[in-house]
Amino acid sequence: MKNATPTTTRSKGRDILGTSALRPDGVAKTQGNFAFSSDFQAENMLWGATLRSPHPHARIVSIDPTEAWKIAGVEAIIFADDVPGKPTYGLISSDQPVFARDVVRYMGEPIAAVAADHPETCRRAIAAIKVVYEELPVLSDMDVAIDPATPPIHSDGNVFRHQRIVSGNPDVVGDVVVEGTYDIGMQDQAFLGLEAALAYPDPGGAGVELVVATQWLHEDRKQIADCLALAPDKVRLVLGGVGGAFGAREDISLQVHTCLLALRTGRPVKVQYSREESFFGHVHRHPGRIHLRHHADRSGKLVKIEGWMKLDGGAYASTSAAVLINGITHLQGPYACENALLDAWATRTNNPPCGAMRGFGVVQACFAHEGQMDRLAEALGMSPVEIRLVNAMKTGDKLFTGQIVDSVAPVARCIRETAAIPLPPEPVRQTGSLELPGGSGRTSDPAHIRRGVGWGVSIKNLMYSEGFDDSAEAKCTLADGVATLKFATAEVGQGFVVLAQQIARTVLGVDTVILDTIDTQIGSAGSTSASRQTWMSGGAVDGACRLVRERLFEHVAHIHNLDPLQLAIEGTEIVDTLGPLRVTVAEASAGLRVEQTFVHRHRPTEELDENGQGNCHVAFAFVAHRAVVDVDTDLGLVKVVQIATAQDVGQVLNPLALLGQIEGGIAQGLGLAVMEEIVVNDGIVRNPSFTDYLLPTALDAPDVVAIPIEEYEPLAPLGAKGVGEPPCISVTPAIVAAIRNATGRDIMRTPVRPQDICLPA
Amino acid sequence: MTDTTSFYELTVNGSHREVRDSWIGESLLYVLRERLGLMGSKGACEQGECGSCTVLLDGDAVCSCLVLSASAVGSNIVTVEGLAPNGEPSDVQRAFVDHGAVQCGFCTPGLIVAVHHLLEHNPDPSMIEVKEALSGNICRCTGYGRIFAAVETVVAVRKGAGS
Repeated sequence: MKNATPTTTRSKGRDILGTSALRPDGVAKTQGNFAFSSDFQAENMLWGATLRSPHPHARIVSIDPTEAWKIAGVEAIIFADDVPGKPTYGLISSDQPVFARDVVRYMGEPIAAVAADHPETCRRAIAAIKVVYEELPVLSDMDVAIDPATPPIHSDGNVFRHQRIVSGNPDVVGDVVVEGTYDIGMQDQAFLGLEAALAYPDPGGAGVELVVATQWLHEDRKQIADCLALAPDKVRLVLGGVGGAFGAREDISLQVHTCLLALRTGRPVKVQYSREESFFGHVHRHPGRIHLRHHADRSGKLVKIEGWMKLDGGAYASTSAAVLINGITHLQGPYACENALLDAWATRTNNPPCGAMRGFGVVQACFAHEGQMDRLAEALGMSPVEIRLVNAMKTGDKLFTGQIVDSVAPVARCIRETAAIPLPPEPVRQTGSLELPGGSGRTSDPAHIRRGVGWGVSIKNLMYSEGFDDSAEAKCTLADGVATLKFATAEVGQGFVVLAQQIARTVLGVDTVILDTIDTQIGSAGSTSASRQTWMSGGAVDGACRLVRERLFEHVAHIHNLDPLQLAIEGTEIVDTLGPLRVTVAEASAGLRVEQTFVHRHRPTEELDENGQGNCHVAFAFVAHRAVVDVDTDLGLVKVVQIATAQDVGQVLNPLALLGQIEGGIAQGLGLAVMEEIVVNDGIVRNPSFTDYLLPTALDAPDVVAIPIEEYEPLAPLGAKGVGEPPCISVTPAIVAAIRNATGRDIMRTPVRPQDICLPA
Repeated sequence: MTDTTSFYELTVNGSHREVRDSWIGESLLYVLRERLGLMGSKGACEQGECGSCTVLLDGDAVCSCLVLSASAVGSNIVTVEGLAPNGEPSDVQRAFVDHGAVQCGFCTPGLIVAVHHLLEHNPDPSMIEVKEALSGNICRCTGYGRIFAAVETVVAVRKGAGS
């Protein structure tokens, strides 16, 4: 099974930028014909599986595979000693072992992998490997990890990063001071398409090809090649269809194991996680605790923000250092304030490793700063809308990092337009209705339901920060009126494939745009994360298409003895803006083949200094959310009735795809507000399944009323901001604020559990 | 695998399909995918919570991950591949694409089967009936809004066509 080259699916008119062009892979996905990474098979293929630690912290005393080797069908069993290259990997610091050798530091840490003829054989072989552990004390508390007296659980220490922000006059005191401590639970990305990969070994083990679902092919390749002791060009990655990502595929999971098994056996090997294994196999959203003290003057204007933030990164570094910087620099929220005194730590513990998830540190920060804005409003006798409007950031404001916000910053407009969306009417509630809190449980007494309204507003950085040299490459080929695009941009569901086609149609005046295979046979596109691909890969595709258009204009101008600068694309034609010439792109490019490659880079950023000062971010996007909830105060159950939102998006490139990002992000933020949490006790994960880790269903989906705030962003290649992350950020505090409003309870954690409503501490 | 294997026949999308050398513990989902090459049904939780593997078993929508394959002998199995066998998308499939109900698409085949099943039994569902019927199919990308829009459109078009 291989994904057919997607070609144009026409709706009405031409599917150029600004239209709701339809995704080229849509029909195949509805028919079950689209090949996800789990759908690939090969002749003579083996299955692989991973042996994982049941303990969060233990010394490995011995490993004995004797009984496993006796099982018919077992072809390979590999351990730490079988890793030929670098024994560790990691996105920022390479501190995570491919396989644990002497010690395991989290529940689920890989120890060995098996290849066999059938998944059931793998399961039995894994169970037959005898590992003797000596359990060690479990470090599970962030404060203990920060305490210098605590013995390190890893040679790199128990703090991944500490950062301070000292800004303006840290001694200033406001007329009004409010403070609070906020807890954020560990959320899982819970993509539907489980981790899966198929590795094909080259003859003699000279190289390997890996079909894998990932967010960043080239970064994976670098880490895999290092561990395999192969040159990067001997490791070829092809993007298997990706069933969602949301940050969970930014780190390596099964990539190295799968390649090692294939190279060891000389046969294609497929590894596919179960849902339970997936909970152990990828990083999660950092749980955290944030304490903030907000100072304001009598008019409500912020004077100073002080406090601290602690994020638990779990056993290995992943992207904790970057998440931390995103977190602390966004504690300000979308509000003007130049005085700050803040500390932030990302800790190493024996909890599950945490890293990227949609929102990347800003979700945690926003939950705290929005709680604070409501406390401030209450202390000043203002409404949640008033306090936010008084402080709304605008273009030209200086952040407490010293960076000037030069992005379009329509914060006040986002708030006002959200506030103008009508509130839903309060219905006559019928006993037993599925729309009551508790849904199909039909437990709610309609007389005891209380409605609440809450607000959340957020700022989100776009793209990578702190001086990272971020680039994206794309190639455009025009031949006989057909454009072909090549890039390594991971399509994870967000719809870059349709955006790329829209760009080519718009720039080149073609209708048929073929997308080449997404693989490592071209330069890196960077990661599909940080709301960056529309800007970065969009910029690369746009740049490549523009270069091709220049060559095409030169060709036409030469034939007709014109200046190429007077030619333009109009629809599907090339026209002379100063004369009568009008020729279709198809005719003009007949027999011609033009190929151009373009690399897009955003402007450079800087690292923060020891006081947290520096231009560390590229650009920002803003959004407002207003939540309406119904709360069953007897049972502590919540139904989110409506989410109203206005989002700063720059230029709208595809209204339908934009709405999909907004509604989907809201559902994930709703999950974090009222149901989604990986429960961990002393390093033990208690709910690694879809039975116990609850996700929003169709019955949990609120009515969403969304308004795009469309203001062209001059910094962006297409005038468009990334739209993926903002929808999921401030919706969570908005929902929790609405629950506070409905119940009068000072709920300081998310997700809100029934006991937080009914049995307050 | 050397322990108990079996030979049996399944009726899938109207065809008789032989299943050879299958370990008796294999789920219907595994056999459809790995032995019969019908990759449309997806596995995402393997405990009946997410609906990605939904198929019709004698007309009932079931999670094929929870059905022992050998127990489906003699039943009429319809997978997503059997809903529009001539390659042209069904009205439900077309509406999903047109209304943006597809993002990553991993949940989509299961949802397509669930919507076909719903509309077969209730051609004019209320929105709450749609939500209830689809609440066993988890979608992580869309937040469900565009899925509801797709179903509403199919209902309206079918009603229009029938009147």
